[in-house]
Amino acid sequence: MAEEVAVMLKGEIDHHRTEEIKRQLDEIIENTRPLRMILDFKNVTMMDSSGVGLILGRYKRLSERGGALYVKRLSKQVDLVFQVSGLYQVIKKI
Amino acid sequence: MENEMELRFINASENESFARMCAAAFAARLDPTLEQIADIKTAVSEAVTNAVVHAYGGGRGPVILRCKAENGMFFVDIEDQGIGIENIELARTPFYTSGGSGRSGMGFTVMEAFMDSVDVVSEKGRGTKIAMTKKIR
Ligand SMILES: Nc1ncnc2c1ncn2[C@@H]1O[C@H](COP(=O)(O)OP(=O)(O)OP(=O)(O)O)[C@@H](O)[C@H]1O
Ligand SMILES: [Mg+2]
Repeated sequence: MAEEVAVMLKGEIDHHRTEEIKRQLDEIIENTRPLRMILDFKNVTMMDSSGVGLILGRYKRLSERGGALYVKRLSKQVDLVFQVSGLYQVIKKI
Repeated sequence: MENEMELRFINASENESFARMCAAAFAARLDPTLEQIADIKTAVSEAVTNAVVHAYGGGRGPVILRCKAENGMFFVDIEDQGIGIENIELARTPFYTSGGSGRSGMGFTVMEAFMDSVDVVSEKGRGTKIAMTKKIR
């Protein structure tokens, strides 16, 4: 079990890519069982509502295993998607 | 000055990025900010993804993307000939989804946040057209 795991996401997060990213994140969650998972959006150039479903699903999976999810370095565009979709009500920006 | 384009493609998920790139490249002629380009890409991505996910019940069908630029305004339509939306008001409600787990029901809410206007025209069994506008300058 790990204290903290940080993941750098990359590129455009859309419906076409959600399955692949979901698989990778779930693998990391299962292999490391982190107390805190930090998603770094520095290199994410776009995210739409498919990303909202993806992030919410990972949040739930982590919570069920006693972990928490954090996000950081979001672009203005990604930040607005987080805001309007209410993601910040459950996921903290650091 | 007025400019127009029309593009027809099948609703394969690979075409989500293709469609938003085309719309962004077209809008670039209006000399938008990087932020405005990101806004357009996001909204087009939402509407095209809906045509991929919902319009043809998981099957294949055509999607038409139309863009127009006029007097500093950007107009974009995304049209499909799929199952249509029976209750548009309900579909536009935040968190409403017919897509089950993994979908958040936030697509229309995101389109509204990023564009100046979002119009939905749909008829059950005939298809759906999303018409959006944004003032660029
Ligand atoms: N082109 C379409 N054809 C048929 N139904 C549609 C179409 N677009 C949207 N809908 C209906 O409207 C609902 C809401 O769409 P919206 O994009 O807001 O959420 P979603 O696609 O379900 O989830 P998300 O976009 O968050 O992944 C959909 O669940 C679907 O029932
Ligand atoms: Mg959607």
